[in-house]
Amino acid sequence: MRPLTETLDPIAAPGERDAPEVPPSSPPPASSESFDLWIEAGRTEKHYWADLWRYRELFYILAWRDVAVRYKQTVAGAAWALVQPLVSMVVMTVIFGKIAGLPSESNAPYAIMVFAAMLPWQFFSNALSSSSQSVVSNAQLISKIYFPRLIIPASSVVVSLIDFAIAFSILAALMVWYQFVPSWRLLTVPVFVVLAIIAALGPGLIITALTVRYRDFRIVIPFVVQFGMYVSPVAYSTAVVRAKLGEGLFLLYSLNPMVGVIDGFRWAVLGGASQLHQPGFTLSVVLSVLLLFAGVWYFRKTERVFADII
Amino acid sequence: MSDTVIRVENLSKKYIIGKNGAGSDGLRHAIHDFFTAPFKKSRNPQSAIRNPQSDESAIHNPQSDEFWALKDVSFDVKRGEVVGIIGRNGAGKSTLLKILSRITEPTRGRVRMRGRVASLLEVGTGFHPELTGRENVFLNGAILGMSREEIKGKFDEIVAFAEVEKFLDTPVKRYSSGMYVRLAFAVAAHLEPEILIVDEVLSVGDYEFQRRCLGKMNEVAHSGRTVLLVSHNVTAIEELCLQSILLKNGRIERSGPTHQVVAHYLSATAAHSTWHIDGQTEREGTGNARITRLELLAADTDTPVTSLKFRESFRLRMHYRAIERLADPRFGFALLSDKNERVFQSDTTEVNYQIQAIEGEGWFDCLVSAPNLLPGLFYLEAWIVERVNVAFADHIYRVGRIEIGVDPAQQEQMASLTYPGRGRVFMDCRWSQPDRPEGAYVTG
Repeated sequence: MRPLTETLDPIAAPGERDAPEVPPSSPPPASSESFDLWIEAGRTEKHYWADLWRYRELFYILAWRDVAVRYKQTVAGAAWALVQPLVSMVVMTVIFGKIAGLPSESNAPYAIMVFAAMLPWQFFSNALSSSSQSVVSNAQLISKIYFPRLIIPASSVVVSLIDFAIAFSILAALMVWYQFVPSWRLLTVPVFVVLAIIAALGPGLIITALTVRYRDFRIVIPFVVQFGMYVSPVAYSTAVVRAKLGEGLFLLYSLNPMVGVIDGFRWAVLGGASQLHQPGFTLSVVLSVLLLFAGVWYFRKTERVFADII
Repeated sequence: MSDTVIRVENLSKKYIIGKNGAGSDGLRHAIHDFFTAPFKKSRNPQSAIRNPQSDESAIHNPQSDEFWALKDVSFDVKRGEVVGIIGRNGAGKSTLLKILSRITEPTRGRVRMRGRVASLLEVGTGFHPELTGRENVFLNGAILGMSREEIKGKFDEIVAFAEVEKFLDTPVKRYSSGMYVRLAFAVAAHLEPEILIVDEVLSVGDYEFQRRCLGKMNEVAHSGRTVLLVSHNVTAIEELCLQSILLKNGRIERSGPTHQVVAHYLSATAAHSTWHIDGQTEREGTGNARITRLELLAADTDTPVTSLKFRESFRLRMHYRAIERLADPRFGFALLSDKNERVFQSDTTEVNYQIQAIEGEGWFDCLVSAPNLLPGLFYLEAWIVERVNVAFADHIYRVGRIEIGVDPAQQEQMASLTYPGRGRVFMDCRWSQPDRPEGAYVTG
């Protein structure tokens, strides 16, 4: 049996504190150092990034959950990850390549050129949609458990990454079909995947934080994604756009982060004469990175009140 | 000094409520606020929550619908102490736990803690219906802060405690609600933090399981861990906690040894004949139907009664509102003792009272004839069950207080029957001896 000790000593007696707040008296410095967790209003988490690392298992398991749940109780299962990009690719190849007669890039078959863009585009649109919905759809977790909230949008991107990997096999099949031999540049694809993740996560973080307060963004996102596909060079080559717009306007066009990502993919996949347009690409990359920083900043700024307003 | 593991100082939390609230007010307002901001002092709820100091005028502004869920709460907890937190609904218990668990930020004041903290505000947080029992153990464990290795090590123990061995590879959406809750609690029960923060998890599952949960909590409480426990179950608090804190309207009303705090708490609840519980937030269930009001009425007239005499019949009227048409629902209520033990319950199914369907608003009466209850205080628990999926549509616990008093005419006879520890029910018992005829005598 533990001894019954009188250790609960309320410092504030009830009814005596109606006056405006008296700042809490400072604790003796000796004891304050030994506490390892401080909770205070507006206190920026000193250990936020360390915490993020500590909770990495939660990141894995949430990502795993999203992947495991995605195709439960479906007949075709992961095959759905193949159907969407494949069908879109066929439609675009027929309409833009055959009917409109737009040129491909560096003599690659039009289908491969489209698919080299379809891959990152599908990844981007899925990742953006799911990460921007992620916090609201995990409201229950947010209101019951503490963890660095960044884990949620970050882990939701993993599902899109898996779909991307599955769809990548179509690209391999297409290359065999057209007997298209890729160059060494194919090995640089991971770099552009990382770029695509950055491009999706930046706006994703901003929108998911906004969605917590304003559900309006739930409606906006599907529209943005649909619209974005026509604005981004998915169905056609950037060379066509550049020829039509001229250098100045093309730089404006390159403000779309996905222009850089898609150009990078095509450069890596198509090889040969496919060239990266340096200024445009740099602009896209810089903007993606800036958006990611802005996203992390805004997310961290708002995440402390998520539980109150979700 | 180094033995203090939780130090709470002047903790306060303000919420802005009402139409200008921190809820899901549309983007339109934000845009409007943004453009009109230069012309008037900002009343943006977001800024008020995040940085109340910058908006000092709002505190004295009667039009700002602010609400202090916690106000200047301070206390210390030492290593190995098990502290109960009690209080009526809306007293600030959950807010306090949410701040201590770092889910939400305090508006003012600070908390300092030492050691690994785990909080359990709900059993089964993050359980995914599509995943199997096995998968959910790992998912839920990770959410509660256990490492994969830890869960692996305790997996068999968890499964045995939950008694779901046979269904480990079945998606939990096919589990009965009992199995679901057992598995969820089992995972939580195997957490091993230095500081454990628990909210109201003992009120789940059937009676048998509740006993086991209590046993498990007792084990935790005596293993030298520091525990903060919120519960409506005063019996559980008395059993587990030596020290308690009573919260009232966001402030500490009383703190100290549990028996004193509990006695103070129980004596403070007032007598009524009608309980408006529509706005009560501490309830569970799907919400498809809700108990809006409970009334205590005389047996044969619609007269409200505030207290009952010994063996006096009464009617309990349950007003409900159904959001959607519910076929074949079940209504029920129970009386709880002042220590929250269930004294008896009645349920429409148990008495084969068929309800075709409920829709909109309405009420049901339950007539209780000459209840065999000894004088004392009783509390109400009430529920509506959706028969289709056997889930609670609404379940409220410990809402109204019913006093069964002593009729002056019976005073003499009853006096010997109402001392504490006498039990709660009355039985008609007759004693006899070989050489003496039997005599009637009331006993408890």
